[in-house]
Amino acid sequence: MKAKTTDKIATFVICFFALFIVALLVGLLGFILARGVSHISFDFLTSAPQTLRAGGGIGPQLFNSVFLLILTLIITIPIGWGAGIYMAQYAKPGKITDFIRLVVEVLSSFPSIVIGLFGLLLIVNTFNFGFSLLSGALALAVFNLPLMVRTTEQAFRAVPKEQKEAGLALGLSKWKIITSILLPAALPSLITGTILAAGRIFGEAAALLFTAGMSTPPLDFTDWNPLHARSPINPMRPAETLAVHIWKVNSEGIAPDSRDIAAGASAVLVLLVLAFNLIARWFGRVVYRRLTAAKRMD
Amino acid sequence: MEPIEGKAYMEQNKRSRGMKERHYWEEWTGRIYTSVCVVFLVAVIVSIVYFVASKGVATFVVNGVSLQEFFFGTKWSPDGEPKSFGALPFITGSFAVTVLAALIASPLSLCAALFMTEIVPKSGKRILQPAIELLSGIPSVVYGFVGLTVIVPLLRDVFGGQGIGILAGCLVLSVMILPTITSIMADALSSLPGGLRESSYALGATRWQTIARVIIPTLLPALLTGIILGMARAFGEALAVQMVIGNAPHIPQSLLESASTLTSVITLSMGNTAMGSVHNNALWSMALVLLLMTFIFVLLVRLLERRNRI
Repeated sequence: MKAKTTDKIATFVICFFALFIVALLVGLLGFILARGVSHISFDFLTSAPQTLRAGGGIGPQLFNSVFLLILTLIITIPIGWGAGIYMAQYAKPGKITDFIRLVVEVLSSFPSIVIGLFGLLLIVNTFNFGFSLLSGALALAVFNLPLMVRTTEQAFRAVPKEQKEAGLALGLSKWKIITSILLPAALPSLITGTILAAGRIFGEAAALLFTAGMSTPPLDFTDWNPLHARSPINPMRPAETLAVHIWKVNSEGIAPDSRDIAAGASAVLVLLVLAFNLIARWFGRVVYRRLTAAKRMD
Repeated sequence: MEPIEGKAYMEQNKRSRGMKERHYWEEWTGRIYTSVCVVFLVAVIVSIVYFVASKGVATFVVNGVSLQEFFFGTKWSPDGEPKSFGALPFITGSFAVTVLAALIASPLSLCAALFMTEIVPKSGKRILQPAIELLSGIPSVVYGFVGLTVIVPLLRDVFGGQGIGILAGCLVLSVMILPTITSIMADALSSLPGGLRESSYALGATRWQTIARVIIPTLLPALLTGIILGMARAFGEALAVQMVIGNAPHIPQSLLESASTLTSVITLSMGNTAMGSVHNNALWSMALVLLLMTFIFVLLVRLLERRNRI
C-alpha cells in the first residue's frame, strides 16, 4: 500500500511542523511574558523613565499610548464608519466603486513607515503641527482608516436585507434606515472591529516616530488645562508611546536596566493588545447572542 | 376613503409636505456625509502618492542623481567626498529579507493551515485559528525585541560573529508573518467549494492525495495570495528589522554580516537630515520604491484573485 504509506508520512510531516509552529508561537508569547511580567509593578507602570540611572518606569508612555488611541478613534470613527456606510449602502457597482475599493486596498497595504513619512511632510511640516499628539493621531488615523472602512462595510452588509426592506416599506428615508435600523443591528460587529483596530493602533510605532515624536516633555499630572505645555492632555505636545519607547530603549537605551525595561514594556504592550483582542471577541459574542435568536450564521 | 376637506385637508397636506422636506434633507445629509468621507479617503491616498513621489523624484530631477547610480550604485556615502547615492545595498537587503522570510514562513504556514483545516478541523477552527489570529496582532516592536534578546544571541553562539544581519532579520520577519500567512491560508482552505474534498475521499483517495492533487491545485491562487500579503508586510516592516539587521550601508558578503534595508535606513536617517537636502531626498526616493513595491504586491494579489474566480 504505497499511497497509504505516503499519506502517513505526509500526515506526520504536517503535524510535526504544525505543532512546531504552535510550540514556537506559544514559546514566543511565554518568553515575552515570563521575561517581562516580573518587572511589572505599580511603580514601573506609573513612574517616569530614566535616561542614565536604573529604575525608570513607563508611566508617561502608557498615558500617551492611551491618550493617542482615544484621539485616533475620535478622528477615525466618524470618517471610517461614514466611508464604510457609503461602500455598503450608497455605492453602486461600477468603475468608481471599484476604484474606491482599490484605494482602500492599496492604503491598507502601505508600509506604516511611509504613512509616518507622509505625516512628517504634510502634517508636521506643512500644516506646522510639529511633533505632537495631534500629528500622531492623524497619521494613525490614515493608517487605521482602511481597516475601519472594511469592517464597517462588512458589518452593514451582514445585516439581513429584510430589515432594510421593512424600513423602506415604512416610507423612511435611506439615511433614517441606516441610522435607526441598520446601525443598531450592525453595532456589535462594528464595535468588535473597532476594538480590534484599537489593538493595532496601540502597538504601532513606525508611523509615530516622525509624527508624535520620540520624546515626552516632563508632564505635570496635576495640570489638566489642555493649553498648558506640561499638561498631559495638551494635544500639541510631543509624545513617545509605549511601542516607540520599546524601540528606543532597545536601540539606544543606555540605562543599566534598559533590557529589563524593554522586557517589562513589551509584556505590558502584549498583555494590553491581547486584552483588546479578547474583549473584542467576548463582546462580539455576548452582544451577538443577546441580539439574535441564534439563527443568523456569519 | 372619505375626501378630506377644508382645514383638515390643508393640515394634512402641510404635514406631509413637512415630512417630505425632512425626508429630503435626511436623505441628502446622509448622502453628502458619507460621500465626503469617501472623498477624504481618496484624497488622502492621492496626496500620499503625490507627496512621496514629488519628493522622491526630486532626487533625480532637482539634485541630478542618475537613476543608474541610485538603483545600481553600491556605494552609499551621502556625506563623503565625492557624495554618492547608491541604494542597491538597501534594495538588495529588503528583497533578501523578504524573500528569505517568505521561503521560511510559507511552507510552515501551509502545514499549520492544513493541520487546522484537514487534520483536526474541529479544534482547529475553535482553538487554533483564533489563537493564530491573536498572534498576528502582536506589535512588531515586540518581535524586534524578541529578535534582539533571543535570535541574535543564539546566532552569535551558533555561528560566531555578531549575530546581527540578514539571517536574524529574516528569522524575525518569518516569525512575524507566520500568523498572517497561516490565517489567510486557513481561511482559503476552509472556503473550499463543497463536495470537492468529499468526492476525492469517496473515490478512495488518501488524505495526502486529496491535499496534494485536489485541494492545493484548486486553491493555489488563494494560497499564493496569503504568501504575497505576508511578503508585503515583511517588505514594509521597519522597526523589527532595523533592530536586528545591524544597519551597515553595504551589500553583505554573508547572511551573518551587518546589512540594511530600505525601511531601516529611512528609520535611522530621516530624523538626522535636513528637509530638501540631497541626502533627505534620496531617502524619499527609497520611500517611493517602497510605495511602488506596494502597488506591485496589490497588483499581484488582484491578478491572483482574478485567477481564483475562474
